Amino acid sequence: MSDEEKPDASPTLSRRGVLLGLAALGGIAAVDVGGFLYAGGWLTPGRLTPSRFTDRFQQVFGKHDGFRRNHAKGLSASGHFISNGAGAEISRAVVFQPGEFAVEGRFSLSGGVPDVADANATVRGLGLLFTLPNGEQWRTAMVNIPVFFDNTPEGFFERILASKPDPATGNPDPDKMAAFLARHPETAAAMEIIGQNPPSSGFDNSTFYGLNAFRVTDSLGAVRPVRWMVVPEQPFEPADPVQPPGRDYLFDALIRKVADTPLYWRLILTIGQPGDPTNDATVPWPPHRHAIDAGRLTIDSVQTEEQGNARDINFDPLILPYGIARSDDPLLSARSAVYAKSFQRRSSEPKTPSAVNVERVLDER
Amino acid sequence: MSDKQIGRTPQFALPSRLLHWVMAVMVITQLFIGVTMVASLANYNILLAIHRPLGIAILIFVVIRIGNRLLHKPPPFLSTMRPWERRVATRSEQLLYVLLVAQPLAGWAMLSSAGVPIVLFRQLHLPAIAPHNTTVYAVLWYTHLTLAYLLFATFTAHMCAILFHTLVIRDRILDRMALWPIPKTAPAAKPATEQAAGQVAEPPD
Repeated sequence: MSDEEKPDASPTLSRRGVLLGLAALGGIAAVDVGGFLYAGGWLTPGRLTPSRFTDRFQQVFGKHDGFRRNHAKGLSASGHFISNGAGAEISRAVVFQPGEFAVEGRFSLSGGVPDVADANATVRGLGLLFTLPNGEQWRTAMVNIPVFFDNTPEGFFERILASKPDPATGNPDPDKMAAFLARHPETAAAMEIIGQNPPSSGFDNSTFYGLNAFRVTDSLGAVRPVRWMVVPEQPFEPADPVQPPGRDYLFDALIRKVADTPLYWRLILTIGQPGDPTNDATVPWPPHRHAIDAGRLTIDSVQTEEQGNARDINFDPLILPYGIARSDDPLLSARSAVYAKSFQRRSSEPKTPSAVNVERVLDER
Repeated sequence: MSDKQIGRTPQFALPSRLLHWVMAVMVITQLFIGVTMVASLANYNILLAIHRPLGIAILIFVVIRIGNRLLHKPPPFLSTMRPWERRVATRSEQLLYVLLVAQPLAGWAMLSSAGVPIVLFRQLHLPAIAPHNTTVYAVLWYTHLTLAYLLFATFTAHMCAILFHTLVIRDRILDRMALWPIPKTAPAAKPATEQAAGQVAEPPD
């Protein structure tokens, strides 16, 4: 509409007034639409968003429909956690009250290739979902290394590209990795610590670490920093330098073990002291911190990933019961955001069967 | 201009005006939180913690508002609105109500289908309203996304239409929804051609 269409609409509609009005209208609309586009990251292609982070996994590992963008290869598990009540000393969370809680879990290997060959050096994952009676959940995604490689999402984003295997050699380009480590001394230091903790022989005797620091609140309202891990009751055995045959030897061994006997882990809460870093997953806390054995995790069955089991669970580390909260670690919100994007993408894609198949392994026995 | 033409623009009922502006703030905030959240690594979690209860608050408010809308007849359209504009205004009001009900429900159902607890505050949760199923989740995710764009587009169109009348035609349409004092010189739904000179401070060129 313009003033020409309604020449006699009002003597007060001057050309200058109309133009000023249109300019003001345009300005407000531009702020509205521009602000929306800016907030959504459309105007800043260089900004690291969950979507671009997820793209990076696809760039390095390829796109595998229906699978997680990281820790793509996995096995669903279930069991329970018997809380002994000791954790209630530091947290009011229901999960630390004495009791038994159902647990769904997922064992996995890091990387975005769902049928990758098992290797001792590949980082192993254990995701857990504790179902609490009041409708709350506690989800945690842990790995078998005591510290993480990166302390910022940006570092992680850069590292996974630097460690992309060269198609010619099958190994990461050493120059790219060296250049990355020169820029990221925290990763070099973390790798040294990880190197001093060689992997165990299998999933069953791996310790899994929550890596990030969290904050727990006790019944009186006192807040403490905490890190957690699950420590196997199965005795540690170092991984054999000669890898067993078979693409899925780690998973196959786990499937056979669970078929024979339940597996147990202790849930250990380590309490930080003032000054212990809570925002840096590459740095271990000093030794001899007060630790609480909060109870026993039992895994008594494993299942091939399929609809309705751990395949369809997003082990978002920030789904926490009241009494456990995130710390200032920047990886936590980033993990939550990127896991959500990965979950959304794989939910929308066609599914193919998991490479790890429980029935096939048990039939072979 | 004769004296009888002087009067205030007929306004919406006070509850309607209050609900309109409270919801305007909530919905615009929510749209920007939503779009910022899904593109953010550092603030994803804190924004999500605001997004969920704010969405439920919007759902509660829109139900109250629909009840209020049925109780209070809106004032007549201004004479400056042509028939097609009146039809668009009526339809877009209906569309906004539909979107404001559907969008929080879609978000609630989406979280239900993802199998996550729908935490409002501390231990306050909502029950699931959809089965835990990733195929359902995928559909609801796209529904929530599409409704967000539709809601933003409808809000923007509504705002631009009001701004066009207010800043360009200067028919004081905004007075109908004002919570602030409005001047007594406004045209009270008079035909546009009868609008008196001198209502607007802007002098002719």
